[in-house]
Amino acid sequence: MPHRTFFWFILPSLVAMTLFIFVPIVSVVFQSLYVEHEQVVVVSENCGPFGCTEETTIDQDATRALREAEPLGRFAGLSVYTDRAHLAADEVGAIWAASTGLGDFVSRLMNLPFYRALIFTLSYVAIVTPLTIVLGLAIALGVNGLPKVFKGPTIFVSLLPMIVTPVVGALVLYWMMEQNGILGSALQAITGDPTLSLRASAPLTWITLYIYGVWSSAPFAFIVYYAGLQTVPQEPLEAAMVDGASRWERIRYVVIPHLAPLTVFIALIQLMDNFRVFEPIVSFNAGAVAPSLSYNIYNDLRGEITLFNSAAATSVLTILGVVILLTPVLLRTWRDFTTKGGH
Amino acid sequence: MSADVTSQRRSTGLVVVSSVLVLLWVVVASFPFLWTLWGSFKVESDFFSRTDWTNALNGTRTTIETGGPFTTNGYSGAWIDQDFWRNAMNTAIVVTSTVVISLTLGTLGGYALARSGFRYAFWLLMIALVFRAMPHITLVSGYLLPFFEWNLWGHLPTTIIVLVAINQPFTLWMLHSFFLQIPKDLDESAMVDGCNRFEAFWRVIVPVMWPGVITTGLFSFLLAYNDFTVTALLLSRENQTMVPRIVSFLGSTFEAGNVMFAVAAVVSITAPLFVLILFFQRQIVSGLTAGAVKG
Amino acid sequence: MTITKTALLAGAATLLAGAAWADAHGCDLGEGNVRILGNEFGAIQAVVDRAMECTTSGDMSANLTTEHKELQVAALTADPAQYTVAIVANSSIVPLLNDDLIRPLDDLIAEYGQDLLPTQQISVGGQVMAIGFMANAQHLFYREDILEQAGLEVPTTWEEVIAAGQAIRDQGIMDHPYISNTMTGWNLGQEFNNMYLGLGGSFFEPGTAQVAINNETGVKALETLKALAELSNPDFLTYDSNATGAIWEAGDAALAMMWGSRGGGILDDEGSTEEVTSNTVLAAAPTVDGGSIPATTLWWDGFTIARNISDEDAAASFQAMVHGIQPEVMEGNEEAAVWLIEGYQPTPAAAGVAASAQGGAIPYPMLPYAGLLHTALGNELSDFMQGRESAEQALADVEAAYTTAAREQGFVN
Repeated sequence: MPHRTFFWFILPSLVAMTLFIFVPIVSVVFQSLYVEHEQVVVVSENCGPFGCTEETTIDQDATRALREAEPLGRFAGLSVYTDRAHLAADEVGAIWAASTGLGDFVSRLMNLPFYRALIFTLSYVAIVTPLTIVLGLAIALGVNGLPKVFKGPTIFVSLLPMIVTPVVGALVLYWMMEQNGILGSALQAITGDPTLSLRASAPLTWITLYIYGVWSSAPFAFIVYYAGLQTVPQEPLEAAMVDGASRWERIRYVVIPHLAPLTVFIALIQLMDNFRVFEPIVSFNAGAVAPSLSYNIYNDLRGEITLFNSAAATSVLTILGVVILLTPVLLRTWRDFTTKGGH
Repeated sequence: MSADVTSQRRSTGLVVVSSVLVLLWVVVASFPFLWTLWGSFKVESDFFSRTDWTNALNGTRTTIETGGPFTTNGYSGAWIDQDFWRNAMNTAIVVTSTVVISLTLGTLGGYALARSGFRYAFWLLMIALVFRAMPHITLVSGYLLPFFEWNLWGHLPTTIIVLVAINQPFTLWMLHSFFLQIPKDLDESAMVDGCNRFEAFWRVIVPVMWPGVITTGLFSFLLAYNDFTVTALLLSRENQTMVPRIVSFLGSTFEAGNVMFAVAAVVSITAPLFVLILFFQRQIVSGLTAGAVKG
Repeated sequence: MTITKTALLAGAATLLAGAAWADAHGCDLGEGNVRILGNEFGAIQAVVDRAMECTTSGDMSANLTTEHKELQVAALTADPAQYTVAIVANSSIVPLLNDDLIRPLDDLIAEYGQDLLPTQQISVGGQVMAIGFMANAQHLFYREDILEQAGLEVPTTWEEVIAAGQAIRDQGIMDHPYISNTMTGWNLGQEFNNMYLGLGGSFFEPGTAQVAINNETGVKALETLKALAELSNPDFLTYDSNATGAIWEAGDAALAMMWGSRGGGILDDEGSTEEVTSNTVLAAAPTVDGGSIPATTLWWDGFTIARNISDEDAAASFQAMVHGIQPEVMEGNEEAAVWLIEGYQPTPAAAGVAASAQGGAIPYPMLPYAGLLHTALGNELSDFMQGRESAEQALADVEAAYTTAAREQGFVN
């Protein structure tokens, strides 16, 4: 396709993405390199319905001068990235020196907010992504083989976990897993442990989150695969049948290769979404034992005082994490792209 | 002959396994929803019972509080007392516009990316993908100040454009993957016949692209429909869509909410989707029966 | 009880005067714009509805949303500000004060607010910055019948609460007799604040932003919280107000520390049994370790006027809000809040807040950096609460997390 045509086709998308994603990202990167200017505080008497107290407040006149001199704040280089809330360079060094072995090192590392979040996030990505893909493909093949009458309702039901508004869907599940809830009671009956609680122990909370993750994103993989299955070319299938290939062999050697680009796509999107896992943690009130990177960002932005530069730094680290994670998939796409007649 | 029999037998096994799997999945996928549907006709202390989950089946408290084992208080409370229909209207506007605009921009861009073959197309895709990694909450926090400053905040069109833009990397990727599946010869032969690129796209590609477009549309739809971060922070109260409203039904630290309003709202808003998906399911298949995909 | 006393003395007279004032002046605001941002809260809704009775040829709108805290700084930074009025509490006013986004109200009070009580006027460094109209606090809820069954007196100190909870458990009445809002994050941080202030601790070195909680008082506060958590369900780190309210209504707890503003919902006939509601009593927060003040923090809600708006809009907004918080707003809304308005009579649902205030509980600090410490506490204490680290280590982590944030916000070097 000539450059000119390409340009006109892509232009509207490009404008939207530049304005609302690219420009904000650039600004976020800038903000992560700055910290607030110094705040001048003075002691003053504050009074209210419950009496008066001596408290400090910000001296606005003195602070205004500083603010005007440096509207962006103080340049801090990469110091926000290496502080305790992020990569914690000094703390990690100290822990390394003090720890007695690798296990001890990791458990001490879990005391730092960034690493605590990173470890959960990575485990979530590693477990949920492959399970989602496999389950999605299996359902798509199963549904595709159903008689036509059943297809519509089955598709609808299969999409339910994705359609039901996540905040409420998770709330309902959360209550079902409550000790007195239907799932919680069932689990207690199965295990024979009447005090079992899915919320109290860290490993069980992690497993609950994994299951919720697979449950809620399998429909995505399913519907993409299902749409892909509708475009499987018939000739190779028929040829394979003539050659006596079983149904499984036809799936293995004709259907799955045909779906490969879609698998790459699903893997990319899932890796990325799982790396940003956030909503179930909030809905399941699981921040104590299973924080993720996005949860840390949310914490920084939702406090009484917004820590924008800290959130910005975590966001940039999240993007870098995604890029590293995606590299293998990207390399594959690059190979596909060049073999398919790239210039 | 014998090979044929084995293959036949294996196939039967496979059919059974896959049917059981689908059945199991249908149960797992629908159970929480059926449970919600059932519970939406109960009072909060039954559906979210702390004492005994079987209360949700029997409606013990519902009978005490409302006089019967089922109540429609959640529905009337949400739709009539709380004017939930306004939020439903706002959602309808936001979702329809987001899907239409996303798909229009996305099909053009996705098609170009699938057919370009130049390296910059690949890199553009990569950059779009990296864009997508940005947590939405950080993006939205960044929008607030400029939007307030330029008086763009709170209006439906602003939210629609933001949702379109945020979803554009995903739409481009997905449609690009689908367009890659459509053989190049189709549009190229049309161009040999004297069409320009856009005419070829319009006459040859558009008629066969529906399965992919509808699937992508479904995701744009769900993104706009279920979004909380963007709509909660960029819309004023009178323009609020359903999800932030449902969340506000849940209450906050200081004030108790009415959870059953939220449950009823979720159920009533999922029902029309059933029709929608039945309809589009036919579209996905009809894209195939048009036959052009086979080349 | 200052609120009631003032009310009894002056209530009737001002009620009449207030009505006369409203009749004489109506509530015509001329051409000023009024745009209100606030939390979605029944009592705030009532105030805003009343404010909206005023007439103006300009804009008149309100946006009451649970997201107000996320919006307010950006909305008021814009020039002209998106909202002319921001309804805040003693924690959420801080970001507005820090960024100098709200205006002193002294001139407006002199002109339009002569009827406001001195106790409603919240001043910072001698300038009135907000007008309060309702109060809130966390305090003790207890079940009379259960205490009686266990043969226990009503506890007034945290030590007695722990002993009573243990007794209830030992007698096999309940496994988990105590609950409070201990969800990781803001709620857990707030639990620590309550206990630490009740022990007489101070968060910072005087006059600076240097944190000072890793001391004996801090350890004592954490140990008390841990002892209480052991009387709670093991799920306690997931308990927010919605969860504790539901547990209480289900009759699964006998002692609780919950928000006063939730009292009304718990005492009504919905969602609970007669047995629970008729035996639920709201009392002052207990004292701790021989201290004299209830271990809780007091909160107010009030309105502020934006700085980046015209004086005309400010005057119109102030008048509308003053009209909104006239005593008439309480008619039919007596139960909606603990009002800081003349003529207010505490209802049973308000008893706990009133008693805590009377007992001399400390208001939540309006310090520019208090929110940073609160966030750090909320994030770093859960390891200790689950028994995975020592109190000293937890407090050291809090101090380290706070100091990192405070340094980047320019409060400490």
